[in-house]
Amino acid sequence: MRTIAEQSDALDARRVSAVELAEQALSRIDAAQPSINAFISIDRDGALQAARQADAARIEGRAQALTGIPIAHKDVLMTAGLRTTCASRMLESFVAPYDAHVVARLREAGTVLVGKTNMDEFAMGSSSENSYFGAVRNPWNPGCVAGGSSGGSAAAVAAGLVAACTGTDTGGSIRQPAALSGICGLKPTYGVCSRYGLVAFASSLDTPGPLAHDARGCALMLNAMAGHDARDSTSLDRPPTDYTRDLAAPTGPRPLDGVRIGLPSQYFGEGVDDDVARAVDAALAELRKLGAVTVDIELPAVRYSVPVYYVIAPAEASSNLSRFDGVRYGHRAARYTDLDDMYGKTRAEGFGAEVKRRILVGTYVLSHGYYDAYYLKAQQVRRLIADDFVRAYASCDVIAGPTTPTAAFACGAKTGDPVQMYLNDIFTVAANLTGMPAMSIPCGFGANGLPIGLQLQGNYFDEARLLQVAHRFQQATDWHRRIPAASEA
Amino acid sequence: MTPNKHASDTWEVVIGIETHTQLSTASKIFSGAPTGFGAPPNTQASAVDLALPGVLPVLNRGAVERAIRFGLAVGGAINRRSVFARKNYFYPDLPKGYQISQYEIPVVKGGTVTIATENGERTVRLTRAHLEEDAGKSLHEGLPDSIGEVTGIDLNRAGTPLLEIVSEPDLRSSAEAVAYAKTLHALVVWIGICDGNMQEGSFRCDANVSVRRPGAPLGTRCEIKNLNSFRFLQQAIDYEVRRQIEWIEDGGTVVQETRLYDSARNETRSMRNKEDAQDYRYFPDPDLPPLTIDDGWVQRVLTELPELPDALRARLTMEHGLGAYDAAQLTASRALYDYYDLTVKLLPAEDAASRKLVANWVLGEVAAALNRTDASIAEAPVQPAELAGLLRRIADQSLSGKMAKDVFDALWAREASGAGAADAIIVQRGLRQISDAGAIDRLVDDVVAANPATVAEFRAGKEKAFNALVGQVMKASQGKANPAQVNAALRRKLAG
Repeated sequence: MRTIAEQSDALDARRVSAVELAEQALSRIDAAQPSINAFISIDRDGALQAARQADAARIEGRAQALTGIPIAHKDVLMTAGLRTTCASRMLESFVAPYDAHVVARLREAGTVLVGKTNMDEFAMGSSSENSYFGAVRNPWNPGCVAGGSSGGSAAAVAAGLVAACTGTDTGGSIRQPAALSGICGLKPTYGVCSRYGLVAFASSLDTPGPLAHDARGCALMLNAMAGHDARDSTSLDRPPTDYTRDLAAPTGPRPLDGVRIGLPSQYFGEGVDDDVARAVDAALAELRKLGAVTVDIELPAVRYSVPVYYVIAPAEASSNLSRFDGVRYGHRAARYTDLDDMYGKTRAEGFGAEVKRRILVGTYVLSHGYYDAYYLKAQQVRRLIADDFVRAYASCDVIAGPTTPTAAFACGAKTGDPVQMYLNDIFTVAANLTGMPAMSIPCGFGANGLPIGLQLQGNYFDEARLLQVAHRFQQATDWHRRIPAASEA
Repeated sequence: MTPNKHASDTWEVVIGIETHTQLSTASKIFSGAPTGFGAPPNTQASAVDLALPGVLPVLNRGAVERAIRFGLAVGGAINRRSVFARKNYFYPDLPKGYQISQYEIPVVKGGTVTIATENGERTVRLTRAHLEEDAGKSLHEGLPDSIGEVTGIDLNRAGTPLLEIVSEPDLRSSAEAVAYAKTLHALVVWIGICDGNMQEGSFRCDANVSVRRPGAPLGTRCEIKNLNSFRFLQQAIDYEVRRQIEWIEDGGTVVQETRLYDSARNETRSMRNKEDAQDYRYFPDPDLPPLTIDDGWVQRVLTELPELPDALRARLTMEHGLGAYDAAQLTASRALYDYYDLTVKLLPAEDAASRKLVANWVLGEVAAALNRTDASIAEAPVQPAELAGLLRRIADQSLSGKMAKDVFDALWAREASGAGAADAIIVQRGLRQISDAGAIDRLVDDVVAANPATVAEFRAGKEKAFNALVGQVMKASQGKANPAQVNAALRRKLAG
């Protein structure tokens, strides 16, 4: 009983109660915490209370698809009454009086919140090593990273602690850890899930989304998370979509007949590990076997994605993180001489190295005399990248490629070289720059036994299509059913 | 001050004004918290105003509507697409660490304001008007001693909508600057976008002041911040102009800086100069899509726009037959004009005589009483209903001018209220004027009979004697006889 569907069936058949599922999740979390460190906070009492309500709802015939399913939220999403730290000393003991919109939606859907997952501080990082609460470890090999920044969420699902988690994706922070941890992660179209209550890193890129074992799990989570929110001016007001709708809808004799998969040359060149290339090629062969046709496409401007991203994201971050000044809440230095000293010491103590690096870079690129050359230019190139994708979707329905250039790397291997760390996002950042949906699904393993992810990207609002392709691939393969040895039980 | 160097002969003063106009919306520009003034600290600050993590701004369309109204009133262009930007700086009363403002593309571009100066009307060009949020307040006084020496932060004001109105450097004296500020103040109140309360900071001016030799390029300017009264605006500019002229004439160079006006000492002091000016790192706020305003919205606001003071003034002189001075006085504020207009409408005939009578009383007795009691027209004890009740009795000659003033004073003292208040006081005091011809004839006959000597003097050519006889008749009537009728009757009798 690892997936949402399995747990949901068991609940419906009364083979298990929500309280039993919650207790199972809580004990697995406790057992895995020393080796994986996927959680920052665990809410035992809240979880059991929610589980009892879920059981009552089921008895009263009020159960919905997710009623009684234990989940966890990335610790960057506000949970009323349960602390939200952003994995930072700055917010070590911050408790919000409100739920993030997606958190509230998932509560209303009957999910049982068991805790908050570990991550890179303020979602800045690709390895979940930049956490005030210690690094997250990969369930497949605790000597390796789980990816980031939603590494705790990915590890929690991969290790079978919970069936699904929320994450946030600013440059790949859902898809990259999903790939490195051997699970599914979906970054929806920007604006489909409200950012209200998500602590902003880079507002124009931040996107909440689900992580789960399989496409169906992602679809069920997204059904609950998506929806207009008047408190977020960038939230889109669209008719509700059932994202599970197309999973089994008939197409042709073969499951993927009529689906055109674009293969950009830019995603299959140098820098991609042989293991990754092999696994992705095998997955593409499988997709063709299922009826899809592959077409070669070009995304010329996509090579600028990482530099553009590392101008825009830090610029927005430098402004978004200004509110952490020690005046109203959060960490404040114990001793200071005057206001400037208070600001300086508070932020020096409260933020970790990567956060400071990005604040400095962001402050620099927005500075007088540099704005045009960096921020403005980056925004212009961002538009060119989006134009490339829009053009590409005239000749294909889905774009496929590796999610990351390599499988999970060893803990500490890249912490000393930020640029190497940033290059991990090379295939994922474009979807944030364009705002288009993208997901990562497991598609094989490297020689070292670590999972490899296939990225599927789609045009605006094509989440259902991505989920459909992913689901049909998963019906024909079992990569998403593989379980790390340590969490077999 | 050093000896006068005939500054006005050799120096030209150049002033531009930036005005922060607090918009009269019920809630804040980016949150649902109320905007009322004077609530206990931090009771009108929501999670958005406190900038708690994860909260987001949502634009108040009422603020936009007011900005459109202003743009239309000054004949500016309403940008169909404008952009909110973040102005980044650290300050304890700026909760987000940035202020949401408009930078490159404001909601209103251009426009003009016409001011009256000693040399006639002048047109002042506006650069732009943009929407932004106000900051909170730092409290240095009034905190309990028990918490030690600290600065308090009140975020009630944080997020209050402001329209920053920027003029071109078209003003040439402190008097013109004040005329501009007063005209603008009257206008924003007139069109209902601002309550105009300067004590509460609803209308605050920054003055950019420079001096130059006539014909020379613009001099270096200094900005004097946060002038919240017309008097301070004038004094601060006067001081600053003298300071700059003396400095230059003593061989100095004006440096661009921000200065604060100290009203207690009547001087401006340097706050920060260009070198330590902050780099605000403006960039478009990614939390707010560009503000788009469609033609339909602009058209609707246009149809709802009240008649503007300039147009109304023209109509009052051309159509209502009022003098230019009266028309200007009556349109100095919307409240005053509405008071006048309502009073006219409450009179039996909306004719030239009624309008002139109302104008005389509003600008005469009412204005004087307001001045005397330091009250606003809204608080005046004599409202249009009471005044109209009184003016009806003047129009139908029931009251002499003297009696009417007594009744007005009684009304002002709140002896009665409502449309029938004047009549009640007239009855109570027995003040009704005697206009009955027969009664006046009898009074005149009695006085003529009782004062043969005076009558003789008059007939001998002594005009003064006539006035004495009128006085006798008025006295006999206890002041109630209609003086005009008494005059006429007496002339007739004495001629007979």
